Amino acid sequence: MKKIIVGLKRVIDYNVRVRVKSDHSGVEKDGVKMSINPFDEIALEEALRIKEKGLADEIIVVSIGSDDCQQQLRTGLAMGADRAILVESSQELYPLTLSKVLHELVKDEQPMIVLLGKQAIDNDNNQVGQMLAALWDRPQATFASEININENTATVTREVDSGLETIEIDLPAVITADLRLNEPRYVKLPDIMKAKKKPLNKVSYDEIVNSNTSDLAPSLTESPPHREKGIMVESVPELVNELKNKGLL
Amino acid sequence: MNKILIIAEHDGNEINSSTLKCVSCAKDIESANIDIVICAQDGANITKAASKIDHINSVILIDNEANENMIAAVIAPQIISMSDEYTHIFGPSTTFGKDLMPRIAALLNVNQISDIMEVINAYEFKRPIYAGNAIVSIKTSADKKIVGTIRTASFQDVQANNSAEIHNHEISIDLPTHTRFKSLQTGESDRPDLQTAKKVVSGGRALGSEANFEIIYQLADTMNAGAGASRAAVDAGYVPNEMQVGQTGKIIAPDLYLAIGISGAIQHLTGIKDAGTIVAINKDEEAPIFEIADIGLVGDLFDVIPELEAEIKNQN
Repeated sequence: MKKIIVGLKRVIDYNVRVRVKSDHSGVEKDGVKMSINPFDEIALEEALRIKEKGLADEIIVVSIGSDDCQQQLRTGLAMGADRAILVESSQELYPLTLSKVLHELVKDEQPMIVLLGKQAIDNDNNQVGQMLAALWDRPQATFASEININENTATVTREVDSGLETIEIDLPAVITADLRLNEPRYVKLPDIMKAKKKPLNKVSYDEIVNSNTSDLAPSLTESPPHREKGIMVESVPELVNELKNKGLL
Repeated sequence: MNKILIIAEHDGNEINSSTLKCVSCAKDIESANIDIVICAQDGANITKAASKIDHINSVILIDNEANENMIAAVIAPQIISMSDEYTHIFGPSTTFGKDLMPRIAALLNVNQISDIMEVINAYEFKRPIYAGNAIVSIKTSADKKIVGTIRTASFQDVQANNSAEIHNHEISIDLPTHTRFKSLQTGESDRPDLQTAKKVVSGGRALGSEANFEIIYQLADTMNAGAGASRAAVDAGYVPNEMQVGQTGKIIAPDLYLAIGISGAIQHLTGIKDAGTIVAINKDEEAPIFEIADIGLVGDLFDVIPELEAEIKNQN
């Protein structure tokens, strides 16, 4: 059976204006709307399209975190994933540990592809896909804007600084989704009802990996320096004058 | 002593300036001893150029035909093979470094510090999270290697008046062949590179079409500036993706940034926060871009741009 594992991270919704806590211990999360990391949603959409083309048999969504992640997994099931795995953990886990958890699941499930978002919009780390590929000793195709699945390979176009790079990778492999890979579908109400019946398996993080590689510790969270509002000019000559005075023309 | 290895980014001919930014960051670490490693095919010229970079001790060349296309899965094990003596391993936070560095970190069984924007000390760094809406200080443990990517917009270039030693490093390990380069499609342009240009002119969705974007290019050429775009303009298909400025595109820090017909979504502002002077030209006086612009002008871009271009030509 050809499986695709998709990671879904629960993050503060991208429309929420994030605020640093007054004691600098992190950002305000109480009563804040949480959603699937947008890049992960794109990854899931792509996995579903691959399955709809008959090129994969089963889509498994995975989340690692608190029990609340069930909400995001249920949304993933409503989008069309076949089953879900919640790896429960009460502590904040770092990318290396997350990759180790995913690697254990990969050993179990033997997927054809692990499809992840290129980064989560909370910590903006952009690490887990690459780390999983390293631990698994398999190819990585990061920042994908187009994926074509062949017999035992995939052709992936990647958004890189100099343009669009196309690579061919042997499967199994890790692919991470960039913004322009697709536009995720909307979830319809009947699908939400159906999703309630789909299997959601909970496992404890301790049963999977026995250590959290927490060699990093955040010590202080601050607001970024504020850029002051400048001046308004009324005309182009005035603008050119200002730029000249600043030595920019 | 802190021994720091910087993985050079290059295109086969030239060192990318992102490498200079990495050196600039590394030199902020106390008693830093900095080496640059170049993975390349026929890399002698690049290596010679790199040896001129200030603040570095030596340049190490790994010349190997497998390095022709700089594939992360191929480069990572080569770096591991020479990583023993180093306390820190840095690469740029460009798509090259973002792809490669976590692979190295995982093979070394350490976490990575992404997007380092400030050195507090050898084991403590600042980095942005939540698209730059918060800055976090991260402490690492001194007994492990530190792998990090450097946020290039946060650091100045270093000069190149050095003559560092050059060494060759031979690789005797098998390298993977599971990842194969096919092609690279780049926009042909003689304009200054967006990421290093001192001046950048960017257009937004208000341009309305690919054809209309021509006036942005003309203004950029008149000013000898790089040309960029908002995510909206890229999504609308007016310009190729590599022109995107913002959190999911390029994060830049030119001396002068002209945002034309760009409303100023948070994710765009994240990409230009470190610019010297931001000029906003927009029809909508309520556009959020004016909140952070140093100089704002309310007006129709189709009137303003030709006038601006004419004025600048007059000045020259």
